Amino acid sequence: MRSIHGASETSGLRVRGLTVSYGRRGHAVPAVEAVDVDAAPGEIVAIVGESGAGKTSIGTALLDLVDPPGHWTAREVTLDGETIDYRTTHTRGRDVSVIFQDPQTALNPLFTVESQLVHMVRHHLGLDRGAAKRRAIEMLEEVGIPDAVARVGQYPHQFSGGMRQRVVIALALACRPRLVIADEPTSALDVSIRAQILALIRRLCREKGMACLLITHDMGAVAQISDRAVVMRDGRAVETGPTTRLLSGAQHPYSRALIAAVPPAHRRLPRFAVPDTGAAVTDAELERWLRDRPTAGGDTPLAVDELTKVFRLPGRLFGRGARAVRAVDAVSFALAPGEIFGLVGESGSGKSTLAQIAAGLRWPDAGEARVLGRRFGPTTPKAALRGYRQGLQMVFQDPYSSLNRRMTVLETILEPMADTPRAVGLRLVPALLERVGLPRDVARRHPHAFSGGQRQRIAIARALAGRPRVLICDEPTSALDVSIQAQILNLLKDLRDELGLSMLLITHDLPVVRQMCDRVGVMQSGRLVEMGPTERVFDAPEASYTQMLLTHLPRLPERQPAS
Amino acid sequence: MSAVLSAPPRVGALFLASPKAMISSAVALILILSALCAPWIAPHDPFALGSFSLMDSELPPVWSEGGDPRFLLGTDTQGRDVLSAILYGMRVSLLVGFAAVAISAAVGTLFGLVAGFRGGWLDAVLMRLADVILSFPTILIALLVSGIARGLLPDTRQEDYAVLVLILAIAINEWTQYARTVRGQTLVEASLDYVKAARLSGLGDGRILARHILPNVLSPVIVIATINLALAVLAEATLSFLGVGMPATQPSLGTLIRIGNENLFSGVWWVVVFPALTLVLLVLSVNLFGDWLRDALNPRSE
Repeated sequence: MRSIHGASETSGLRVRGLTVSYGRRGHAVPAVEAVDVDAAPGEIVAIVGESGAGKTSIGTALLDLVDPPGHWTAREVTLDGETIDYRTTHTRGRDVSVIFQDPQTALNPLFTVESQLVHMVRHHLGLDRGAAKRRAIEMLEEVGIPDAVARVGQYPHQFSGGMRQRVVIALALACRPRLVIADEPTSALDVSIRAQILALIRRLCREKGMACLLITHDMGAVAQISDRAVVMRDGRAVETGPTTRLLSGAQHPYSRALIAAVPPAHRRLPRFAVPDTGAAVTDAELERWLRDRPTAGGDTPLAVDELTKVFRLPGRLFGRGARAVRAVDAVSFALAPGEIFGLVGESGSGKSTLAQIAAGLRWPDAGEARVLGRRFGPTTPKAALRGYRQGLQMVFQDPYSSLNRRMTVLETILEPMADTPRAVGLRLVPALLERVGLPRDVARRHPHAFSGGQRQRIAIARALAGRPRVLICDEPTSALDVSIQAQILNLLKDLRDELGLSMLLITHDLPVVRQMCDRVGVMQSGRLVEMGPTERVFDAPEASYTQMLLTHLPRLPERQPAS
Repeated sequence: MSAVLSAPPRVGALFLASPKAMISSAVALILILSALCAPWIAPHDPFALGSFSLMDSELPPVWSEGGDPRFLLGTDTQGRDVLSAILYGMRVSLLVGFAAVAISAAVGTLFGLVAGFRGGWLDAVLMRLADVILSFPTILIALLVSGIARGLLPDTRQEDYAVLVLILAIAINEWTQYARTVRGQTLVEASLDYVKAARLSGLGDGRILARHILPNVLSPVIVIATINLALAVLAEATLSFLGVGMPATQPSLGTLIRIGNENLFSGVWWVVVFPALTLVLLVLSVNLFGDWLRDALNPRSE
């Protein structure tokens, strides 16, 4: 049964045949094609999918914010049975509202929270100044900001990241919208804050009877708060259903693959069940060459000992002297050969700084790092660093900035192979590309011809070309889609098994650690607060900080055997 | 564009789609080529003193009454062919312009790379030096340089070194722009992960700068160089017009304008107007092309 005119008794949001296209008419590229979405009052409907699936375009269209020459059409867009009228300036903000991803940019830094909230409710609801201020305070209290009366007059920079996102939510909900679009509302936040913000969104939607579209790539968020979910792929909705049913027994093969790629936090899989695009091909010459790496003294591939790094922040001109922050504070650990050691922590915990010191890219202030018996401390001369870094390679987070955009893949991968004759190198590069699951004939292309996942494979090939014994991976998959993440993690695991690499894996993503690491260290404000075998740390955490991190992990329902 | 710069392929397509780019570059190219070919295409040799006579002096352009078909744009007070003088004068102007741009771009890029990559005291010294130069008017520094050169060089050699002095005077002003831009760009590039990867590949500072950072900071250098070519030609003309640039024995466009200007009120307008028009056309076409190039190479203008 489908009513063409929105005069039915349905309440909440009803969208039929939504299509969004970008580009000029004539050669417009559809981003969303004929998607139907419903959201009842108080219901949270998740729109999930990987980048490029069109999920953000749905939100943009429902806010009528598609930039020309892009445009959108729909057979029906109704809210409580009435067609949404985008011609009045009151629709957006009052009836349909939005929670943005990044609380750093969603608020105007030049105005107080009060003036932003007051402007919003006065414009849309026509309240007088006093009533508007009361409403502003009431909203801050509702989103859980303590001491709202005092804080309403503050500027955005006076709030922490999590508190700022609460302010963004207060702003979105100030006019009691009937539909809220939350576009990746927690992607910019730390794990411990993420869960609180999601819970807040759920509570407010329930209490106020708002329909909510939760646009996200984060399956944890979907599992935690959504009632129903729409799985998007290439602009089409491939499957729609109750969240619990989708997570435990999705019908469509794509939904199943997407869910299988999500690393579970509560048990360890031998491998991710994702189809490996371009299975790794091994080449006899390459394998010999990779294993023929210069042997060095020392059995410990990588160790750090009481490593410390202090950042001095500039003091005020007239005031107290310079302040110092201990970014890395007397951290010690050692990797065993062939071991994957995970280092987890929230942003600012010092884990990336530690990785860069271990890689010999920054100087420590105290303590030392050792790679294959070579030492690196505060007094190591710069000239000795090149020797220290031998046998060590790194894979970085952002596959866009980690490849020189002016160099071809071939030049990039040849660079660490300086000790190998060029003719041999030219023969090995195609084999190396195949080794990491890329076609062998792409060597002459520039990075812009590749997707994020492919670039990360190129970066891994470059790291392998240095014939490392130690690989430091700094958030190697956090810029990637979940199915690509699963492939890259599988690849890294295989390389460890086949080449006996030792890996230091830096990440904020606990489920990834559980899947990948043999041992794990937990960092908080520069200190290593807990270290132990992965299973033990996850099942019986000792430090209270670790316990806190683990309680915020989303739990996905266990998959039922496919029927 | 050469492979090193590896301008994205779209620049070619953008060029063909832009009438502004095509017309301005065509005009600039014609002017530059005709200056280069002056010895072969100029109807007369303005430096062969014996070849012109006072009989032919102050002849108007060929289309005016009394014009002589041997002298298309007329002659000056000494009977010299204005068209030939312009072609040769443009040679001098462009020589000074290109040389000044080449020197200032090379020095500025090098200083910018080193300042941005090394940081510390070297960065501070180079950038404060640039600040000091920027706080003086361009023309003042150029006058200062040519004044000092005049004081140092013996009178007999001054004309021989006039070109070098001019080039130096202009280059000293202009390297600061390259240095500041390249330094900023270098700071950005040096913080990117590919530079760390290059270090882990065993590359030293020099090779990282040359192989990785330099190609990535070159697009703004090309844009500034194009626009500065026009500025350098103008600066040369200004100095020569003021009498501290090229001497009358090796006239540039600016010298020609100065000489012509002295006779303007006696009605011999063509001696000043045609060199001036040539200068305007040259500067305008190079500027318009530089403008377009800046937009085309700017990744944000996509």
